[in-house]
Amino acid sequence: MKKTTIIQTKNISKVYKTGEVETVALSNVSINIEKGEFVAIMGPSGSGKSTLMHILGALDLPSSGDYLLDGKNISRLSEDELADIRNRQIGFVFQAFNLLPRTTALKNVMLPMIYAGIDKEERLKKAKKYLEMLGLKDRMEHSSNQLSGGQQQRVAIARALVMDPAILLADEPTGNIASVQAEEIMAIFQELNDKGNTIIMITHESDIAHHAKRIILIRDGKIVTDEVNGKQNKVIRKNR
Amino acid sequence: MESKEAIFESFGALMINKMRTSLAILGIIIGIASVIALISLGQSSQKSIESRIESLGSNLLTVRPGAMREGAVRGAVGGRTSLTWDDAKEIAVSSQVTTISKVSPEFSERSQVVAGGNNTNTQIIGATPVYAEVHKVNITSGNFISQNDVDSMAKVAVLGPQVVTDLFGDSANPIGQTIRVNSQMLTVVGITEAKGGTGFNNQDDIVYVPLTTAQKQLFGANYLNTISLEAKSSDVMVQAQNEVGYLLLARHHLSDPTNADFSIMSQQDLINTVSSATGTFTALLSGIAAISLLVGGIGIMNIMLVTVTERTREIGLRKALGAKKKIIINQFLTEAVILTFSGGIIGSLLGVIASYFIAKIITVDFTISLPAIILAFFVSGVIGIVFGWYPAKKASDLQPIEALRYE
Repeated sequence: MKKTTIIQTKNISKVYKTGEVETVALSNVSINIEKGEFVAIMGPSGSGKSTLMHILGALDLPSSGDYLLDGKNISRLSEDELADIRNRQIGFVFQAFNLLPRTTALKNVMLPMIYAGIDKEERLKKAKKYLEMLGLKDRMEHSSNQLSGGQQQRVAIARALVMDPAILLADEPTGNIASVQAEEIMAIFQELNDKGNTIIMITHESDIAHHAKRIILIRDGKIVTDEVNGKQNKVIRKNR
Repeated sequence: MESKEAIFESFGALMINKMRTSLAILGIIIGIASVIALISLGQSSQKSIESRIESLGSNLLTVRPGAMREGAVRGAVGGRTSLTWDDAKEIAVSSQVTTISKVSPEFSERSQVVAGGNNTNTQIIGATPVYAEVHKVNITSGNFISQNDVDSMAKVAVLGPQVVTDLFGDSANPIGQTIRVNSQMLTVVGITEAKGGTGFNNQDDIVYVPLTTAQKQLFGANYLNTISLEAKSSDVMVQAQNEVGYLLLARHHLSDPTNADFSIMSQQDLINTVSSATGTFTALLSGIAAISLLVGGIGIMNIMLVTVTERTREIGLRKALGAKKKIIINQFLTEAVILTFSGGIIGSLLGVIASYFIAKIITVDFTISLPAIILAFFVSGVIGIVFGWYPAKKASDLQPIEALRYE
């Protein structure tokens, strides 16, 4: 299979300033992620993994360095341009699911398509297709608070997939659900990855991380290890 | 996002917290309702006053003692004793005055009137037979004051229907009965036709007596309060005003018209004066109502700010999923405008209903002021945009990561 780089960060750093105090959340992180990879980013809390995820998800901009998403440098874009990138290129799966309350599964899944300006018929068709794919055919009209944690996360995954994004970005996707359902979610991720979806997952649980083919360990804002199927990644080692 | 969907979605969001939503609208409802009610009432009372003045005749001139002048030096109109019956007689006969057809000298005073065990405080008008012609007073039974009554200083009275009701009740025939005014006994000789009217300007609440009787027997005065003049046509009103003015100036030995000790007003002058007075009053009341509208708007802003804070996570999520600033602003502006607009609709309805009932109570014709209602809709929409803008902007400025992190 021909390799295409989908994510490339070049020495990105993130520094937070609170008055006189500067906190370095990320320092000179360079990562390459190919299309079709399943990457887990691990690290203890405060390691900078959430900051990295925010930058990779175009929710935040790096203080320095460049971030190329699908070949386009997005590290200097305006707020609205970033919103567009998030809408079309990135599918988010959050730890707390973040579904709209008192809103049906179907409407939740249609939301990103509304922002993309897709017409109503097409929205309905696609939302139904993805909800069916995730085994929620008879839950479409249920409002989000009537669903179990695992079901809510599956709705969220459907919502992340409807725009056919370049990457699926999951932040502790199993953090709020029971372990049996967590295995189900990971099975879904693996299935999606087998179909060719690029998945980046943030987690601090190593058994969850081991579902991924590549594990990047972050500590104190720096990459500590980068292993593909248990072996050190050559590219990264050369950079270090 | 299609606007219809946006409105539906906002409506759904507002229905989640019905109690808060209704309280938020209440301010707008009260504001709009009071503005509509007050403007409608102002207009209906103005209309009814104008139509009543017009019904008195469009070529009527009223001469009153004292001049309409600004400043404290001049006394109030009618407050002087400078007009006399001789003035009236001179106007009728003078060759200088060519445009006047009828002259009605009048003396009026409020007084207590007693009949049997009943009494009422009413207006006593000393009149001549011309009064009935000039003021279009019709008689339902008996006769109006005759020239003979005036010449002989007859102790007779003609009652307005309101006075009849007050003194004798609804069913009795008062003709031939006696009434007492200032310890003088007067015999009732006629009853006038109901003209309608309310409050201070009730034309049915009048007792007519011969002018001579009023001046000499009842009140001991030798002046007139009013000389009513009927011009030959409504086209010569200005000329008539001038002719009478110069005649009276000469008779009162005044050379400077600005020092005149009388004023001559046409019906149009009267309408203008009353209109400007009621207009000012309406504007004042509406201004007060508008303040309540402003307070209502601030209430909306307050609620919207709370809503934005409460829904920070939702806003963060929407932004993460690709909502641009404009979409978030529109979402919250739509909610604010729906709030104020529905307040405008309910308020207009209440305002119309309120003005209907108040109009009934104070017996003026009920008119719906369409411009006021359109204005109310427009204003309620604008209030939504003005007071919804800041919360909406605040929502759109939230950073997605901050918002997602918010607990």
